[in-house]
Amino acid sequence: MNGAAAPQTMTPPARAAGMPPTFYRIGAFAISLILVALVILISGASPVTVIGSMVGGAFGTADQIGRVIATLSPLLLCAAGLVYTFNAGLYNLGVEGQITFGAIAATWALRLLHPEGATASLLPPPVAIALAIFVGGVGGIAWGLLAGALHVYGRISEIFAGLGLNFAATGIAIYLIFGPWKRPGVASLSGTQPFDESLWLGTFGKTEATPVALALGLIALLMTIVVMRNTYFGLRLRAVGRNLRAAYVLGVPARRQLLSAFLICGLFAGVAGALQVVGVFHRLIPNVSSNLGFLGLLVVMLVNFDPLWILPVALFFSALNIGSLQLPLSLGLESSLSGVIQGLLVLFALLGRGLAQVYGRKPEG
Amino acid sequence: MKTNHHRHYKSLAALLLSGALASACAAPSPSAAPAQPAAPAAGETFTVGMVIVGPMNDKGWNEAHVEGTKYVMQKMPNVKFEYVDRVNPGDRPNVKGSQVADELIAKGAKVVIFNSDDFKDDALETAKKHPNVVVIHASGDYAWSEGKNYKGQPNLGNLMSKMEPGWMIAGCASALGSENGKIGTVGPLINEETRRYASAAYLGAKYCWENYKKRDPKELQFKITWIGFWFNIPGVTLDPTKVADDFYNGGFDVVMSAIDTPEVAVQGKKAAEAGKRVKYHHYDYKGGCELAPDICLGVHYYNWGPGYLKIIQEAMAGTYKGTWTWAEADWKDLNNPDSSAFGYIKGKALGAENEKFLDEFIKGLGDGSIDLWKGPLNFQDGSVFLKDGERATDQQIWYLPQLLEGMEGPSQ
Repeated sequence: MNGAAAPQTMTPPARAAGMPPTFYRIGAFAISLILVALVILISGASPVTVIGSMVGGAFGTADQIGRVIATLSPLLLCAAGLVYTFNAGLYNLGVEGQITFGAIAATWALRLLHPEGATASLLPPPVAIALAIFVGGVGGIAWGLLAGALHVYGRISEIFAGLGLNFAATGIAIYLIFGPWKRPGVASLSGTQPFDESLWLGTFGKTEATPVALALGLIALLMTIVVMRNTYFGLRLRAVGRNLRAAYVLGVPARRQLLSAFLICGLFAGVAGALQVVGVFHRLIPNVSSNLGFLGLLVVMLVNFDPLWILPVALFFSALNIGSLQLPLSLGLESSLSGVIQGLLVLFALLGRGLAQVYGRKPEG
Repeated sequence: MKTNHHRHYKSLAALLLSGALASACAAPSPSAAPAQPAAPAAGETFTVGMVIVGPMNDKGWNEAHVEGTKYVMQKMPNVKFEYVDRVNPGDRPNVKGSQVADELIAKGAKVVIFNSDDFKDDALETAKKHPNVVVIHASGDYAWSEGKNYKGQPNLGNLMSKMEPGWMIAGCASALGSENGKIGTVGPLINEETRRYASAAYLGAKYCWENYKKRDPKELQFKITWIGFWFNIPGVTLDPTKVADDFYNGGFDVVMSAIDTPEVAVQGKKAAEAGKRVKYHHYDYKGGCELAPDICLGVHYYNWGPGYLKIIQEAMAGTYKGTWTWAEADWKDLNNPDSSAFGYIKGKALGAENEKFLDEFIKGLGDGSIDLWKGPLNFQDGSVFLKDGERATDQQIWYLPQLLEGMEGPSQ
């Protein structure tokens, strides 16, 4: 059984007898490409040059590839986590806050283990880093469960609970950076004092990619694929996602399933946040999530909630994200153009899927 | 049958698209920069990269740097600049300054300039990673061998204009232009640089209020509100538009800008148009008074050109050694583009009589007859900064730990 199928439950109207569903999907994709080309032309550049320079900017040098991987790792974690919540029928927009709170928790742990002014950390650096990542995961769980509790027990839409908690997590980060954790004598939102270099996660050569982060991202993804496709837990999660009431009536502990989904997503997002601290920024900054949670949402929606396809799509989005710095650098264009490209692709993918469901001819048999 | 998913589709699509746009504004990119030899062959284009914290056309700090690069290119036609602006976590969430530098170096930059205090760690990281590239951090003290934070990185240098007297002039002009003695300052974040600048402005204001306006120093209210960063980041910093408005609406008849962007001028213009008798003082950028000429008291601006020119010439010759430069003004000709590290342009709102006072003040600062970093001076908490007759050292000024007694606003 394919995990991706979970949310696809809208029944095509009986009167619909149009083209095959793939027609709509391919059509929508083609239209999105045309629109992307148009947008690039309107901004005064050639689509071929723009795409070429973005690809070159993502894979041209070892550093660039390293940075694509450094972006990919937390993105994989977030996307894997979101598979659980999406399949449980939840739009966990609070994933950004879960990353941020994970980062805050990891920073807190590192500050305890290596107090400011100390010459060495209380534990050997690898242990301290591992502990910080663990604590980051726990922080993410706490923030995820908070959203879950608001949703399950408070009957608040998880979208609004999540968005609210995103603001709260950012608020806490800003408070800490501007207040108790500020650099000595400085009150700046540029972040806390960088950690001692011994507490930086090791990288591949001089690049920014860290093997640990990549391994954690891949493990999370692999685990998710297995859980969603081969376990009873995954099946029950999808049952809850498809029809909460029916699942409940049939004996699936729905609340527990929903909270588990929040818990796992929070865990992965929290670990991603911790990795942003120990592997990327080496300190806490206000926007520590780098919007990778939102990017993860797009990835998972684009792959139709099927974890099997997350890796290539996440890689594509990471490359787009990294390569887009070439736009201002080489072509004098706004790098936000890559956001427009990304947005158009996702919008039309969703549109194509919706049209296929509503108007697509049901495949025979 | 509809599921939970479909229930939310429309609203979600909208939310996600906005998220997508926001997230994609983040554009990081790196590149392994091979170490470049510093000296180029004659006639070859020499590329200099600049990592700019805010918008290039901000009519403030960042635009002043870009002006400096234009000056260099005019003097050295074989120098080419590559810029990336808005390198900050608000505008480019997934990009670090050091990554942008890698990218610029991969494009052939042999000198990389970071233009904000906030890039100090990125500058050091870049200098360590690319030992054959000259890395200049505009502001900062990592290359100051007598400073507190010397790193001894041979290819890392600091350049900063000695703007403290400029701030004294600005404070003086503000006091001269104020009728009720209520001077507000929209400040960026709090650090050593901003503390010493605000304090210098206060010293200038106090001096001119007492000595030229002959008013009681108790009538002078000098208040600073810090927004938290060099410019507005929505949802993260205080909104400088609102902070400026609060000053104008709260009876402050002169507001000084100490941030990178022109909100103080823009809101001042609106307040004046609504009938308020207010004036503003601009900062950073030469053309600052053009934003609202009728109510502008003046602008002290950076002139980065000569400093950059010297460094780039040395880098080209392969003789640059990482040093800390606190570049001085040319007091004989303050607005000389070739020799002065900062300049001052008087605004229309100052008035002829005050202009004379201000000229006298500038002359005094230049010839040393007016020395305001001299005791007795107390810190904001009442403790002694300088004893009677004691003169502050460069270190005491640079690392000023607190605002001064008489100023309103947080020190840390």
